Amino acid sequence: MGSITLQDVRKAFGPHVVIPGANLQIEDGSFVVFVGASGCGKTTLLRMIAGLEDVTSGRIMIDGANVVDVPPARRGLSMVFQSYALYPHMSVRGNIAFGLKMAGLPRPEIDRKVDAAAAILNLTSYLDRKPRELSGGQRQRVAIGRAIVREPKAFLFDEPLSNLDAALRVQMRQEVTRLQRQLKTTAIYVTHDQVEAMTMADRIVVLNAGSIEQYGTPLELYERPANLFVAGFIGSPRMNMIERETEQHRGAATIGVRPEHMTVSRDGDGWSGTVRAAEHLGSDTFLYVDTPEIGSITVRCVGELGLGEGDSVRLRPDPTRIHRFDKSGTAIR
Amino acid sequence: MARRVAVAHTVTATVAAWIVGFVIFFPILWMAITSFKTELEAFNTPPSFLLFQWTTENYATVQERSNYLHHAPNSIIIAGGSTLVAMVIAIPAAWSMAFVPSRRTRDILLWILSTKMMPAVGVLVPIYLIFRDLALLDSRIGLLCILCLSNLPIVVWMLFTYFKEIPKDILEASRMDGATIGRELVYVLTPMAVPGIASTILLNVILAWNEAFWTLNLSTSEAAPLTVFIASYSSPEGLFWAKLSAASTLAIAPILVLGWFTQRQLVRGLTFGAVK
Amino acid sequence: MATQQARTLGRLMLSPTIILLFVWMIVPLAMTIYFSALNYNLLNPGMENFAGLDNYYYFLTDPAFLAAFRNTLVLVGSVLAITVVFGILIALLLDQPILGRNVVRLMVIGPFFIMPTVSALVWKNLLMHPVSGLFAWIATSLGLEPIDWFAEAPMFAIILIVSWQWLPFATLILLTALQSLDAEQREAAEMDGARSLSTFLYITLPHLARPITVVILIETIFLLSVFADIFVTTGGGPGLQTTNIAFLIYSQALMHYDVGTASAGGLVAVVVANILAFFLVRIVGRNLEA
Ligand SMILES: Nc1ncnc2c1ncn2[C@@H]1O[C@H](COP(=O)(O)OP(=O)(O)OP(=O)(O)O)[C@@H](O)[C@H]1O
Ligand SMILES: [Mg+2]
Repeated sequence: MGSITLQDVRKAFGPHVVIPGANLQIEDGSFVVFVGASGCGKTTLLRMIAGLEDVTSGRIMIDGANVVDVPPARRGLSMVFQSYALYPHMSVRGNIAFGLKMAGLPRPEIDRKVDAAAAILNLTSYLDRKPRELSGGQRQRVAIGRAIVREPKAFLFDEPLSNLDAALRVQMRQEVTRLQRQLKTTAIYVTHDQVEAMTMADRIVVLNAGSIEQYGTPLELYERPANLFVAGFIGSPRMNMIERETEQHRGAATIGVRPEHMTVSRDGDGWSGTVRAAEHLGSDTFLYVDTPEIGSITVRCVGELGLGEGDSVRLRPDPTRIHRFDKSGTAIR
Repeated sequence: MARRVAVAHTVTATVAAWIVGFVIFFPILWMAITSFKTELEAFNTPPSFLLFQWTTENYATVQERSNYLHHAPNSIIIAGGSTLVAMVIAIPAAWSMAFVPSRRTRDILLWILSTKMMPAVGVLVPIYLIFRDLALLDSRIGLLCILCLSNLPIVVWMLFTYFKEIPKDILEASRMDGATIGRELVYVLTPMAVPGIASTILLNVILAWNEAFWTLNLSTSEAAPLTVFIASYSSPEGLFWAKLSAASTLAIAPILVLGWFTQRQLVRGLTFGAVK
Repeated sequence: MATQQARTLGRLMLSPTIILLFVWMIVPLAMTIYFSALNYNLLNPGMENFAGLDNYYYFLTDPAFLAAFRNTLVLVGSVLAITVVFGILIALLLDQPILGRNVVRLMVIGPFFIMPTVSALVWKNLLMHPVSGLFAWIATSLGLEPIDWFAEAPMFAIILIVSWQWLPFATLILLTALQSLDAEQREAAEMDGARSLSTFLYITLPHLARPITVVILIETIFLLSVFADIFVTTGGGPGLQTTNIAFLIYSQALMHYDVGTASAGGLVAVVVANILAFFLVRIVGRNLEA
């Protein structure tokens, strides 16, 4: 059990408004990722759900009960910190068991649960070590173990993988996802890495300056971004935004075409331009094309096209995958 | 070539440093040596450095007259008690300023420091009169309170600088784990801060043990700690330097040893974090 | 962390300290101010009456005050000069590659842990005694006339003792600061062709400026109220030669029982100390981000 609802949650530090008002409905068992640029309020929102930070106004409901006045210790959530925040003076076993001990569980039950959690996370042989004797990935697992052992209503993760190297990050990403699917516990996961967001989430919350810009499944966000911000934020390389009004797209102040939704040819019709730079990744080629008509455009082509700097090309967008936005930046459907 | 220069440099520096260290330490050493001489020997010229009849009779005498055994417990009670009371008051305060800072925290900290700057003579008269009226003169509890208050700023500051280095995340993690704030202090913060807390205790025991303004002015015999006991040797009728040395050695030995163990932290604590 | 609950609790846990220190500072200070405006002698209880600023007048114009003021300045100034200069030299020495540095460190810091009554008496009797003190023996062996320190140069003797007590403090702080001076920075200066003297003048000394200030200010706070050393050696004498302000106030209060004048003197001491404290607090405050 663990549905979480935010109703008009507002947060201000003194005069400085960080979250102007957030509404969100997180279903039990789902994996929700908060993404957004640095400083947009992801951590703040998560900490308010955790109870580590007060809400200025609004309500946070966990399983239908308003918890804004409930201290973190009694909200029944658990959190994995970016710094892991392991207790340095306790062994791995002590770290994982701490929450159960605080809950007053009997010793044999604690041991049973700790052993079970350690088995899931491959920590069994490290149970007697201190955190400083572990590698980064192992510490991360201890932090996760500490979170799952309490069987919380929801897990809260604040950029838990950002201190790991790239390879380990991919591995842990999959592990966390697998674990969450297996336990079916609601999870809220903060990151600014959109690959993490796209691959892990059931649903993504895109935050911008404290406001929720869109809430939807990864594919919804990719295929039907609600506005310019989301369109620009999701997808890499960024969507090309073309501000010039063209005949075909009357009514749109801006149209957006993702780099992968363009075809390139040496001649034919379409926008003409000159390749300014080309990045050859083998599997893909990124072309940065200067066009007199619509400015600088990024194109992603599959495979190797043999195009290089200075070549003149023609660009044709896939007409079914053009995104249109009105003056205020909202998508036109 | 460069190596030979380096060796010569090390040798010179080592010799010079040992000489300087020895000169600075010499009065303490001399006191300790004298405490093992007979009174006659202690007064002899030329003085004998190591080749004399070593005796422990002075220690026996100092013990026997039992002055020492009366005053040493006073020192222990006053120094230890004032430090412990100060810790009990200061740990929550330092927790509060390190982990729940407010806009005024900085000013409060500096104000706390400034109370330590107030010269004791400035308030000697009223404190003396208050003590007289409350019958606290020459009482251990009175001295304990005064030394506790006069060291409280240092205790708060030292603890604050140690607590500042503990990541807030870990305390928050314990809160997420269901610990109340009391349990967080006991199970998480205190064990993590043990080294800092220990050296704070030691430094303040040292300061209180050696405090000689309030102890000299507010106690005479019953509650008098070792500072006062030693001061009674200031007008020697007759020659009893060996006994003075023995008593002095006894008075400083425990604290010297404590001090040696904590010397590194001590410097940082005393500068209120102003020198890293 | 910053939930209302935690903040409330934080204030609650901070308040005992604040209240105690506030009372400890304000109550006696207020009484001092009050007494300083009275004719109040403990020998004539019940005869107190309002004296206005008379006590300040008496205290400040008393030749004893001028003498004590001068003595205080001489004592503080000399001890500061000695401890800072020798502190720098010894710190530089200890910063060299030394075999057994830890032992040397322990020897150097030793005096700091000695209670002032002990160090004063040990120096007075074992070292400076004109007949059988070690210094007298050294002087005689060198064919010189032994000095009767406490009769001929009492202030100098006190300065020597107090400097010995404070030298470790200065040395250790400066050594700590030196060790934090980036080795690379020094090596870069050497690579630039700077010789050791210029390295010291242009790199090391500026780096030490702050710790030196801290040493000076903290020592000053303590040195202004040097008391026990004088109390057990000279008792302020001969005459007024070693009476400093702290000792003068003590003798007004507890030897002459003149509460009014002593209180006025106490306030003078508070004012002086606060001027210094102001600077120290600012320096400390600057590198404190609370
Ligand atoms: N205690 C505080 N007092 C004042 N402002 C704060 C406080 N904590 C955060 N802020 C401000 O709130 C905004 C959001 O901060 P938050 O930490 O939630 O960002 P974030 O999205 O987690 O960023 P990042 O990706 O860098 O972690 C920032 O502008 C920050 O400056
Ligand atoms: Mg963050």
